[in-house]
Amino acid sequence: MAILTEAEVQHVAKLARLNLSPEQIKLFAGQLGSILEHVEKLNELDTRDVEPTVHAAPLTNVLRDDQDRPGSGVEAILKNAPERDGPFFKVPKVLDGES
Amino acid sequence: MELSELTASQIIDRIKTRAMSAVEAARASLDRIESLNGSIGAFLRTYPDYALARARQIDEQVASGVDPGPLAGLPIGIKDNICESIGKTTCASKILENYSPPYDAHVVEKLVRAGAVIVGKTNLDEFAMGSSTENSGLQRTYNPWDLERVPGGSSGGSASAVAARMVPVALGSDTGGSIRQPASLCGVFGLKPTYGRISRYGLVAYGSSLDQIGPFANDINDIALLMNVLSGQDPKDSTSVPADYAPVPNFVEQLHGGVAGLKIGLPKEYYAQGGLDPEVRKATNQAIQILKDLGAELVEISLPHTDYALACYYLIATAEASSNLARYDGIHYGYRTANPTDILDVYFRSRAEGFGEEVKRRIMLGTYALSAGYYDAYYLKALKVRTLIKRDFENAFKRVDVICCPVSPTAAFKIGEKIQDPLTMYLSDIFTLSANLAGIPGLSVPCGFTNDGLPIGLQMLGKHFDEATMLRAAWAYQQATDWHRRQPKIARS
Repeated sequence: MAILTEAEVQHVAKLARLNLSPEQIKLFAGQLGSILEHVEKLNELDTRDVEPTVHAAPLTNVLRDDQDRPGSGVEAILKNAPERDGPFFKVPKVLDGES
Repeated sequence: MELSELTASQIIDRIKTRAMSAVEAARASLDRIESLNGSIGAFLRTYPDYALARARQIDEQVASGVDPGPLAGLPIGIKDNICESIGKTTCASKILENYSPPYDAHVVEKLVRAGAVIVGKTNLDEFAMGSSTENSGLQRTYNPWDLERVPGGSSGGSASAVAARMVPVALGSDTGGSIRQPASLCGVFGLKPTYGRISRYGLVAYGSSLDQIGPFANDINDIALLMNVLSGQDPKDSTSVPADYAPVPNFVEQLHGGVAGLKIGLPKEYYAQGGLDPEVRKATNQAIQILKDLGAELVEISLPHTDYALACYYLIATAEASSNLARYDGIHYGYRTANPTDILDVYFRSRAEGFGEEVKRRIMLGTYALSAGYYDAYYLKALKVRTLIKRDFENAFKRVDVICCPVSPTAAFKIGEKIQDPLTMYLSDIFTLSANLAGIPGLSVPCGFTNDGLPIGLQMLGKHFDEATMLRAAWAYQQATDWHRRQPKIARS
């Protein structure tokens, strides 16, 4: 049975930037494991000569002229900011003092 | 005649001829929502001041001879994952509970320009992930036909609002069945257009290659009317197709052709599914018989890769979701955790505290499928199987004009019945997923009831950009039946 180990779940949670409790890790290991087991079914199909379909629309590289357009405006963009300082979004320090 | 007895077209006609005012229509809708929403929970919030002001504007336009637009004064509900600048757009998630978009979705702009009156936002499974609306992080929605049962999902709020006649029409979104399945469970029409037919600009993205916005209504003419207004290329959505590739027909004018000689494909793999409820099978078969009696020809077809659609969908949709939901990081908008120790803490804790369990589960699955070492085996493999599924439909449509099958393997299930096991819940969508993978349009048509009085829907699937043929078949069926006119008891009180 395709099982995810708790270590693997922890690794994926880190990639997904999600804090999970030990109970959640255990629960997800089981649930994701069942889903992945079902998904193994795809290996029944020989797809060596099949092109992937990334999306169903018949379009590629839709371009427009590089022309200035009015934007939403600073106030509109900042109105949902969890923390702001004038025209800036305020966040905890990203770089440590050394760099 | 009560507003709740009128179709959207009838309401619009009355407003344009001043037999009714837009204000009356808006007020009637808001009153109905107020009296029924406590039991049904379809709406997350209403916009009474906005709606009545808009309605007054429409009435003034009508009075002064200015054309108010093809949807003059039509009250409409909008799923709360479609952005508007009137109020909030929460996606039924705590992570966006206080988010007010600084812009309107393209479809919202089109509706407003056409004269429609948005009365409020409807409930959904959080970020459109679910098949029962039980995953909403904000409130519960109950099926108006039986309050102990789910309305389906993820557009359960819109489906139940239309079923209970709170509004004559509503918008939803469909990524794996989220319009068609709740339409079926609530006994209303629901259409998922061809991918690229309607702009996704302003629809909060879940699976960008699968998502489409679409209408709910109690009458096929109303579906066609909304399709006329909403369809068309939008420069702000580069996946919406240009008119020279797929012209937008007048869907209303094309309703009346009848089904004489129409070839209907019946996919044998769908009817062979073990979980298909006998009452659903019976109602679906009876509906197809009626179409045959009206002149259609039935053709057995095969969609050989049917059994792989679930796996294919749950890898692609979750992979896309893991990427699309990475933006909810507590930085620019949405929920930010209190007292974060550093920047990583903002990400890890805001997301852990803001997202519900199903959303986390899908993000995890998608992240895994895309991660180093697994990308080829899972995501890329799924994209190749997607090609095979798309080809199945292309081959079938060489022989038939439209495909008919069930929408959902069962009628509405009880609240709590499937929520414990994700895979069981995912199986609710086996008949709807393939259409999103292939990009083809799909329609749910009310076609009967179970012995317990629960609605059953017939699904029609069409060729790319051929919604018109499905709508024509559905209109012919609607003329011969009255399932769509039945209302749940709660709506008649």
